[in-house]
Amino acid sequence: MAPYQPKSDPKWLVALTLAVALTVPFLFPVLILLSMPLAEPSGGGVTLALRWLGNVLGTDLSGPVAHDVGTAVVLLLIAFLFINFGAIFSGICVWWERRIAGRMQSRIGPNRQGLGGFLVWVADAVKFLLKEDLVPAEADSLLFRIAPYFVLTGFALTFVVLPFGHSVVMADLNVGVFYITSVTALVVVGILISGWSSNSKWALFGGMRSAAQVVSYEIPAGLAVFVPVLMAGSLSMQDIIRAQGAAPWDWFIFRNPAALVAFFVLFTSQLAEANRTPFDLPEAESELVAGYLSEYSGFRFALFFMSEFGNIWVMSALATTLFFGGWQVPGMPAAAISALKGTGAWWGWQLVSMAVFAVKTLLLANVVIWLRWTLPRIRIDQMMTLSWKYLVPIGFVCLIFTLFWQLGVGAAPGLELASGVALSVGALFVVIAFFRRVFKNVTDVRGDAIDLSNW
Amino acid sequence: MTPLESYFPLAVVFALALVLGLALVGLAALLGPRRPSRVKEAPFECGSDPVGDARGRFGVKFYVIALLFVVFDIEAVFIYPWAVQVRELGWNGFATMAVFAATLVAGLAYVWKKGALDWE
Amino acid sequence: MNRTFSKLALWAFLALLVALFLGYFITRVLPDYLPAGRAVPPRLGDLVFYACAAATVAGAAGVAFSRNIVWSCIGLLIALLGTAALYVFLSADFLAVAQLLVYIGGVLVLILFAVMLTNRIGEVNVSNQSLGLGGGLAVFAAVAPLLMLVAVLVPWPVRPPGPMAPTTARIGDEFLSTWLLPFEVASVVLLATLVGAVVMARKELKAD
Repeated sequence: MAPYQPKSDPKWLVALTLAVALTVPFLFPVLILLSMPLAEPSGGGVTLALRWLGNVLGTDLSGPVAHDVGTAVVLLLIAFLFINFGAIFSGICVWWERRIAGRMQSRIGPNRQGLGGFLVWVADAVKFLLKEDLVPAEADSLLFRIAPYFVLTGFALTFVVLPFGHSVVMADLNVGVFYITSVTALVVVGILISGWSSNSKWALFGGMRSAAQVVSYEIPAGLAVFVPVLMAGSLSMQDIIRAQGAAPWDWFIFRNPAALVAFFVLFTSQLAEANRTPFDLPEAESELVAGYLSEYSGFRFALFFMSEFGNIWVMSALATTLFFGGWQVPGMPAAAISALKGTGAWWGWQLVSMAVFAVKTLLLANVVIWLRWTLPRIRIDQMMTLSWKYLVPIGFVCLIFTLFWQLGVGAAPGLELASGVALSVGALFVVIAFFRRVFKNVTDVRGDAIDLSNW
Repeated sequence: MTPLESYFPLAVVFALALVLGLALVGLAALLGPRRPSRVKEAPFECGSDPVGDARGRFGVKFYVIALLFVVFDIEAVFIYPWAVQVRELGWNGFATMAVFAATLVAGLAYVWKKGALDWE
Repeated sequence: MNRTFSKLALWAFLALLVALFLGYFITRVLPDYLPAGRAVPPRLGDLVFYACAAATVAGAAGVAFSRNIVWSCIGLLIALLGTAALYVFLSADFLAVAQLLVYIGGVLVLILFAVMLTNRIGEVNVSNQSLGLGGGLAVFAAVAPLLMLVAVLVPWPVRPPGPMAPTTARIGDEFLSTWLLPFEVASVVLLATLVGAVVMARKELKAD
C-alpha cells in the first residue's frame, strides 16, 4: 500500500484558528481581571474612579448615591463580561465539538465559514436572529415565551461564584458550592415549564424525562461534592482551591482514594444533569424529536442551546475547582500571590493562575465532548438504575470513607501525601498508556501524519 | 462585607441575564419574518395531524422520584453545615450524623425493595 | 354566590391589601426618606430590599389569584425567590441557599410534577376562588388589622447591617448540640415521607 499523502498541510492555518478560538473567549476573563480593582468590595476602586470622573466633569461625585450608582455600573460591566464569556464559549464550543465529531466519524465537519469553519458560530447566531419565532397555536403562549429565561438566568447565575483565577471571581460566597448545586433548580423549572407549555407530546415527554433525570442525578452529585467539602472544611469555592496545592499529589482527587471515586460520581452526574450523551435521552432525536425543545425555534431555541453548551464550561470548572487544584500555580502558593498585591508581578501571577485554571477546565471539557461521540445512549431504566442503585450508594460510601480518612489524617498526616503520590503516579501511568495506545492506533492507520488537508 | 455587598452581584447578574435575553429575543422578533400559518403552528407530530391531547397521564414513578429527591435534598441541607464543621465536632458529631444518615439509607433500601426504583 | 359579587369581593380584598401596604409605607417608611426626616436619600440596598419585598408580595398574590395552576406555581417561584433574597438581607446566607435548594429545587418541582401527572389539568379551571369566600374575608378582617397593628406599633429592634459572619459552621454546631433531638427527629420525618410515597404509589407500582 502506498503511503498516504495529504493534499495539503495548512499547519499555519490550523495554528492560527486554534489561537483565535482560544483568545476570543479568554479575552473576557482578562477584561474581568482588569476591572477587578474597580469592584474591590472595600469600595476603594469605585471611590477613586468617581473622584477621577468628578474631576473630569467638574462635579462632586463623593456622595453615597454616586457611590451606589458607580458600584452598580461596575458590577453590571463585570456581569456583562461574564455572560459574554458564557455565550461566546458556548458558541466556540459548538464549532469545536462539531469539528471533533467530524474527525471521530471520518468526515469533515463545518469548514466553510472563516478559518476552518471557525466562524460558523457567528453565522449560527446571526441566523437564529433572523429566524421566525414560532409559538404553537395550542401552547400556553406566555409560559412558552418565558420558559427560556428561567434556563438562561439559572445558567448565568452559576457564573457568579465560578472562579477564573487567584483573585478573579465575581463573588466568593461563603456558601459557594452549595449555591451552585442549588441554582440548577431554576433550570429544572424552566425545562418542566417549556415541556408543559408547548402542548406537544414530544415536548412533554422530553420535559418530564429531563426533569426526572436532573433531579435524580443531583443527589449523587451533591453526595460527591461533600467529599471535597469535608476535606477543605469550607463551602467557598476559593477556600476549597486554597486548601489544595499546585502539584498533582496536592489535589483533592489524589489525596484521598474516596475522592477519586467521588470525582467520577460527580462527573457522571454532571453529564446527566447537562443532558449530554450517554444521558441525552430527554432529547433523544431518534425517539423524542428534540425533547422539550421540539416546539422552540429562533432565538428562544438559541437561548436553550447556549445554556446547554455553556454548561460544559460550568461543569468542567466545578470539577477543576473541587478536585483538580483549581488555579493553583506550581511554585507559587496562593498566599505568596496575595502578598504581591499592588505590584506589577501580581497582575502577571493572576494571568498565570487564570491560564492554569483554563487549561485544566478545557481538558475536562474535551473529555466531555469526547464521551459524547464515543458512548451510545442509555435507556431510561438504566439511567434511573445507575443513579439510585449505584451512584447514590457509592456516594454515601465515599462520604463515610472520607470521614474516617480525615480522622486518620488527623492522626497520621503522612497518609495524604502517600495516597497523593501513589495515586498521581498511577494516574500518570494510565495517561501515558492511553496516549501510547492512541498514537499506535493513529500510526497503524495512516502513518504518523495527521491529515489536515480538509481543515 | 455586609450581606448586601457580597450578594449584590447575584441580583445584578439575574437582572442582566433577563434583560439581555429579552433584548436578544426582541431583536430577533424585529429582524425575523412573521408569517404564521395553521400548519406551522400545529404541534409537531412527525408530519401527521396531532392525535388526542398532549397532556396525558404520566406514571406515578415520576412523582416518587421527585419525592425521593426532596427527601435527599433536605438531607443534603442538614449534612452541609455538619461537613464544614466535622473536624471540630469529632466522634460525637460523627455518631449523630451516622444515625441521621442511616435512617435515610434505610428509607432508600425500603423504596428500592418495594420496586419504586425499577423502571421498565 | 354569584360571579360578579365574588369578583368584586376579590378586588376589594386586593384593594385592602394595597391600602394597608401603602398605609404602612407612608406612616413608617417614607418619613425616613423625606427631607424633614433623615435627610438621606434612599441607598441602593434599600431599593433592592423593597424590590425583593414587592416581588415576594406580588408572587404570593399571584399564587392566590391566578386561575391557572401552573401560573400559581410561577407565582410561588417568585415569592420563594423573594423570600430567599430577604434572608440574605438578614445575613442568613445558608438559609437563603437552602430555601433555593429545598423549596424551589425540591418542593416547587414536586408540585410541577404533580400538576403534570394530573390528567387534563389545563382544561379544568382549578382554582379556589369562590371556595368559602365569605369565611375567608371574615378571617382576613379579623387577622389583618391585628397584623397591621403589630407591624406598626411594635418597636422592632433595628440593627445596622454588620459584616457578614459565615453562618454555616455555627448552624452545624447548633444542630449537634442544642437542637440534637429535632435534628434526629427530622430524619424520621423524612423516612416517613419515603414510606408514604411508596404506599401512595403502591397500586401503580404493582401494576407494572
